[in-house]
Amino acid sequence: MIEIQDLAKAFALGKGSKVSDTEKQDVRYSKTAFHSVRNVSFSCGQGEVLGLLGPNGAGKTTTLRMLSTALKPDAGSVLLNGVDVLKQPVKARQQIGFLSADTGLYGKLTAFENIAYFGRLHGMKEAQLKQRIDELFTLLNMHDFANRRADNMSTGMKQKTAIARAVVHSPKVVILDEPTTGLDIMTVQTVLDFIKGLKAAGTPVIFSTHHLDEVASLADRVVVIDKGISAFSGDIAQFRSLADNGDLRNAFLSVLQGRVNVQQQGAA
Amino acid sequence: MWQVYFKELTELMRDKKTLIFVILLPIFIFPVIFGVMGLVLSSTTSKAMQEQHRYVIINAEQAPQFADTLFYHKNFKQVSTDKRTEAELIAAIRNDEFDVAIVIPSDFAAKRQAIEPTQWQIIYNQSSQFDFMFSYFTELLADFNQQLQRETLTQLNVDPAKLNAIIKPVDVAKVDTADKRENIGEKFGAIIAYILVPLCLLGASYPAIDMGAGEKERGTLETLLICPISRVSIVLGKFFTVLTTGLVGALITVGSFGIWGAIIGSFAGMAVVQEAMSAIAFTELVLIFSLLLPISAVFAALLLAISIYARTFKEAQNYISPLSILIFLPLVAAMMPGVELNGKTALVPIMNVALAIKELIKGTADYAMLALIFGSTVVLATVAIGFCVHWFQQEKVLFR
Repeated sequence: MIEIQDLAKAFALGKGSKVSDTEKQDVRYSKTAFHSVRNVSFSCGQGEVLGLLGPNGAGKTTTLRMLSTALKPDAGSVLLNGVDVLKQPVKARQQIGFLSADTGLYGKLTAFENIAYFGRLHGMKEAQLKQRIDELFTLLNMHDFANRRADNMSTGMKQKTAIARAVVHSPKVVILDEPTTGLDIMTVQTVLDFIKGLKAAGTPVIFSTHHLDEVASLADRVVVIDKGISAFSGDIAQFRSLADNGDLRNAFLSVLQGRVNVQQQGAA
Repeated sequence: MWQVYFKELTELMRDKKTLIFVILLPIFIFPVIFGVMGLVLSSTTSKAMQEQHRYVIINAEQAPQFADTLFYHKNFKQVSTDKRTEAELIAAIRNDEFDVAIVIPSDFAAKRQAIEPTQWQIIYNQSSQFDFMFSYFTELLADFNQQLQRETLTQLNVDPAKLNAIIKPVDVAKVDTADKRENIGEKFGAIIAYILVPLCLLGASYPAIDMGAGEKERGTLETLLICPISRVSIVLGKFFTVLTTGLVGALITVGSFGIWGAIIGSFAGMAVVQEAMSAIAFTELVLIFSLLLPISAVFAALLLAISIYARTFKEAQNYISPLSILIFLPLVAAMMPGVELNGKTALVPIMNVALAIKELIKGTADYAMLALIFGSTVVLATVAIGFCVHWFQQEKVLFR
């Protein structure tokens, strides 16, 4: 269970940096800071998949970074299965499987070594680690390039390796930042099947994406972040109902265009 | 921490640039330096010593004995000329007609009979550092002068037994308290530090950039930060990796310096260097390494802090370049004449290590001073590591 309440994060503007006229119109800019996330609240229960939507620069990645403990929120709270990430960050990290927007692999290490390194950092024993990696290699069709260095992998191979690395320690919560961006159809399908597998196993999954078809096929819940606030938070049926024809694209645009004031609508 | 350390080390071992900077460069830099220095010195010197100088002697009949001696000297070859005036002779030398002109006054014989002083002229182009011609000539003239003095004194009925005391009333027996090693150490000790210290920095630079800015650029840092290990462990794991590469570089450099210095000394005809090298005991090489250890830790911490701050590999390189220049300032200061190791200079970072290395190579090191340098550098290293750890915990640094 993931519970996020009133999350906020601002980044100080560098000395001498000027805010342009366009930026002055943006409510997120103050004289001294850029308020990347102003107020984000949502929740995701066991076995639920939550699709995080929003235009570029809306605050999705910052929100996910706060969830993953990489960034410390200025305000608000994040509870992962009852563990407060602010008070117990190390304990919270043990529960999180996080895939960043960059594949973030070590080029000189093989797929096996990349995954094993993070498994060891999570305190996994060697025998358990080998068994788990073998299991993931089978699930993600990775046996062919298990011993290939990341520098020599294709984009799809890298993404599969990054996903395997994110879940090697069997996390209780999985957070994926744009997991299918730039992948071919076959690899996208593998990734989507993998997310379905996590859902079936009862693991809550949060994934950010720009692909509404993925939201349609996977998500139980949808959150739309716009200009640092959660402009919509509800289940997929509620989201569909925002558009007359149930089209997700129209529903998304209606939230952004402010036709529907849905802050916390349908919040769990 | 050790998981981070061993993973970083594995990656570095697979990286060609690291292997070049940490292993190959220190191994080959000393043979290249010693070899080139030895070859250039020995070939230039022997060429200059074997060179035959073309000369003309004006009014040779005034001093036939000297003219004969010069004629039979293996480094001189007489050529004929019709030039007589100073201007003509200078012009002829500039036109490469001959190398040197010796002008004996036309009244030399008469003045000698009258026991009056005379002045000869030697005209030549002293442009080469390795020109032995003038020293050959001075040597011949000194012998000739002595010969003339003896003849004159004999004519004046001076007791032959007292001739030596009159011609050379004072002779000097030189007793140098500095042995060859001390001499060599004074001349080359600072240069050795000038090579060793920057190599420690060079060996640590690339890994440090890769482990901070490189990790940011690849997007791996974020993933690492959300692992259930403390940021102190991450930064210490990285720090020890950078320190290891710096020290491996230094160890290889010291070893390379010791081995190649002894080997090449014999090959290149630099027996003095070989002798000095053989006088440097293993203990002194260990002490040199011990001094490089804390200074490498300082470098590792500073480089890592800079690298973590930078957004990209290139930005980190831009920040580190001035640091590389900065460390040369105390090294150059240590090479200045008259700069010696004392209570004050022992507390100037880098300079103190350079001076201590010089003292160790000279064989005149004060062990209390070495302990002071080691201690002060360890304190500095601890502060630098503390800063690096603090720096690594700053969100504004990690996510600039």
